[in-house]
Formats: sequence, structure tokens, C-alpha cells
Amino acid sequence: MIYRFDFSAVWQAWPELLEGVRQTLLLSGCAMVFGMILAVLGALGKSWGPWPVRLLVSAYVEVIRNTPFPIQLFMIFFGLPVLNIRLSPDVTALLALTLNFAAYGVEIVRAGLESIPKGQIEAGRALGLKRLQIFRLVVLKPAIKAIYPALTSQFILLMLYSSVCSTIAATELTGAAGDIVSRTFRSFEVYFAVTVIYLAMSVFFWTLFDAIERRYLAYPGRR
Amino acid sequence: MRELGPDEILYIVFAVRWTFLLSLIALVGSFAGGLPIALARTSEFASLRLITKGFVRIFQGTPLLMQLFLAFFVPSLFGWNVSALTAAAIGLSLNGSAFLGEIWRGCIENVPKGQSEAATALGLNYPQRMFLVVLPQAVRIAIPPTIGFLVQLIKGTSLAAIIGFIEVTRAAQEINNMTFRPFAIFGLVGAIYFVICWPLSLYSAHMEKRLLAGA
Repeated sequence: MIYRFDFSAVWQAWPELLEGVRQTLLLSGCAMVFGMILAVLGALGKSWGPWPVRLLVSAYVEVIRNTPFPIQLFMIFFGLPVLNIRLSPDVTALLALTLNFAAYGVEIVRAGLESIPKGQIEAGRALGLKRLQIFRLVVLKPAIKAIYPALTSQFILLMLYSSVCSTIAATELTGAAGDIVSRTFRSFEVYFAVTVIYLAMSVFFWTLFDAIERRYLAYPGRR
Repeated sequence: MRELGPDEILYIVFAVRWTFLLSLIALVGSFAGGLPIALARTSEFASLRLITKGFVRIFQGTPLLMQLFLAFFVPSLFGWNVSALTAAAIGLSLNGSAFLGEIWRGCIENVPKGQSEAATALGLNYPQRMFLVVLPQAVRIAIPPTIGFLVQLIKGTSLAAIIGFIEVTRAAQEINNMTFRPFAIFGLVGAIYFVICWPLSLYSAHMEKRLLAGA
């Protein structure tokens, strides 16, 4: 080993890294919320819309899922100015992540919609449940339960993939790391520290999502 | 400013060979690493299970981009300067090993326990049990998710562009910087990836449906 580690560059830059974490969480959180709205609309369109809508949604889903995210990002980042639409790198990153998440979300939500057997709703009616109760207990809860694991792991993928947005100079954790590296030349130390931070964020969300599932989505009396 | 002519388009199209090469190396690496991980994850030794679980979690819980950066910078700590291709191949192989190991673990666990118990009762040892009884049955259900993984891997090679390896995404960026025709260029490259990945996705979905119908 001829290399001498020096993590002081990392310690000195911790406010910058913390801000990067905040930006990454904000970016992925917003992309997830907007992406889910589009995903629900898309899933309804793909399941029950007229055929042109179904075709359009299907085409969108297939195109996004079979092309790399960097290409989608560059298409938007370099393409919009040609159309005279000027967005900041942050907004561009949010737009790209949202559009990407929506495509995966459509399939996840659709799986949830299809997971509820019709008989279950009729059973709810036969038991004398009110309409709102049927929607809440017989439709919504099982549907959320069905899509929850796929949705939460998609969120973590989104959070990790948002690091690619550093290539268009969006402000997030990887971009902050790049700034620190270009100032201190401590590439290994900074990228190692940032990798550990991402891992900590993933572990946090894995634990949180798991706890939420067990607290709110488990049915009593089973297992 | 340059015009977007046949030379530029050919430059991009020919860069696909580097995407293929990187995908192929990473695929071989992922298979080589994925199998031991899947076996360790399903082994009877708790320590092996724990270590490989940690490995998988680390690679599933950090960005692929960071893994590629580290694959680039870690060897230089030991005084080895690796090319962008080598770094990308190492990073993608390790990442792929973790993902494929996890996919194959699920497939191995899906084979009914009675199968390996019966093999034990017949006096087969672990390698015989695994390679003659369990894995041949696991392979059948492993095909659709493995092809799905291949799509993910091919898309992942585009990140090698960011550490400076000139594959098709990087070639497109270079040409775009010179000609500034983003829709034509990234549209072309997107179409190239789509033509490679979509048939694989369709095949994977088709095989999965057939397995479900057979079950």
C-alpha cells in the first residue's frame, strides 16, 4: 500500500454533504409523488381506457423501461432548450426521474388493481359494508398491500438512480461529492464516504418501509 | 459546429460494439459471481449466509454509479491504473453478481425441499444434490428473471459513459457536443438500446407466462 488515506477533506465538507443528502431526498421524494400520480392515471388508462389510450400508455411504458435512464435524461436536458423551453438542471432532473418512475409505476399499480378479485367486493356488500368501507377495507388496503413491496423497492432504486443526475449538474449528493473532489482531489475518500451515506439512506428506508408494512398493512390473525 | 452527417451516425452506431463487449464481459462476470453467491445464500452455514447477504445489501443499497467510481479509484490506491473499460467491467460484474445471486437464491428456494431431502436420503452428497437434483429444476424458473436481469445490465452499461468509457452513450454525447442535434442523436441511441432490450423483455415475459401456465 503506497497510498495514505486522508479523510479530513470529507469531514470538512460535511455541511455540503448533508445538504446533498437533503437535495437527493427532496428530488427522489418529489419524483416519487409526481410519478405515482402519473402512474395511477396511466394504470387506469391502460386497464380501462379506450384502445388508443391503452396503446399509448403501453408504448410509453415499454420505451421507458427498455432504454437507459441517462439517455432519457440527456434527451430532456439537451432537447428542451432546442424547443426553447429552459428549465434549471434541478427541474430537468425532477422531470426525468418522474417520467422514468411513472413507467415502472404503471405496471406496479396495474398489478395492484388486478389483484382484487370481484368476489371480494361482492362479499363485502353481502356483509353489509357501506360503499366507503368497501373501498377502504376491501379494495384500497389489499391493493396497497399488494403493490407495497414493489413500490418501495422502486423508490430506493429511484433514489440511487438520482445520482446519475449529477451529470447534468443537478444539485444532489453525487454532484456535491464531485464538487468536493474537484477541490480536494481526494477522489477515493469522498466517493467512499458518499457510498456509505447512500447505503445508510437505503438501510434507513428498508427498515422504515418494513416497519410501516408490519404496523399498518399486516392483517391480524394471520401467521 | 459540425453537421450531423453519415460519419457521425456511423461513429455512434459502431460504438455499439463496445456496449456489446462490456455487456458480455459483465454478463460472464455476473454469472461467475452470482452462482457462488446464490449457493452461499442458501447454504446451511449461517456465517456464509450472513456474509453474502451483507455483500448483496451493499450492492443493492448503493448507486451503480458510485460502484463504478470506486471500481475506478480503488485499484489506483494499490498503484494499479485501470482503464475505464476494466473499471466498468469490474463494477458491473460485482453489481451483477449481487443481483443475480439474489435472483437465483429465490429460484433455488423455490425448488420443493422434499427434493433435496429425498436426494439426501438416497445418499447423495452436497455437490450431487445441488448440481444433479436442485439446480436443474431451479434453472427452468430462473430463465425469465435472468433475461430480465440482462436487460437491466445492458442499460447499466450506459453508466460506463460517465467514467469515460466510449460506448454508445458516450459516443452520442461526443457527437451531440459537436453537432447539437439532441433529438436525432439521443433518439437514435435510444432506438438502438430499445431494439436490443425490447425483444429480450418480451421473451422474458413470454417465458414467465408459459411457466405460470404450466404450473
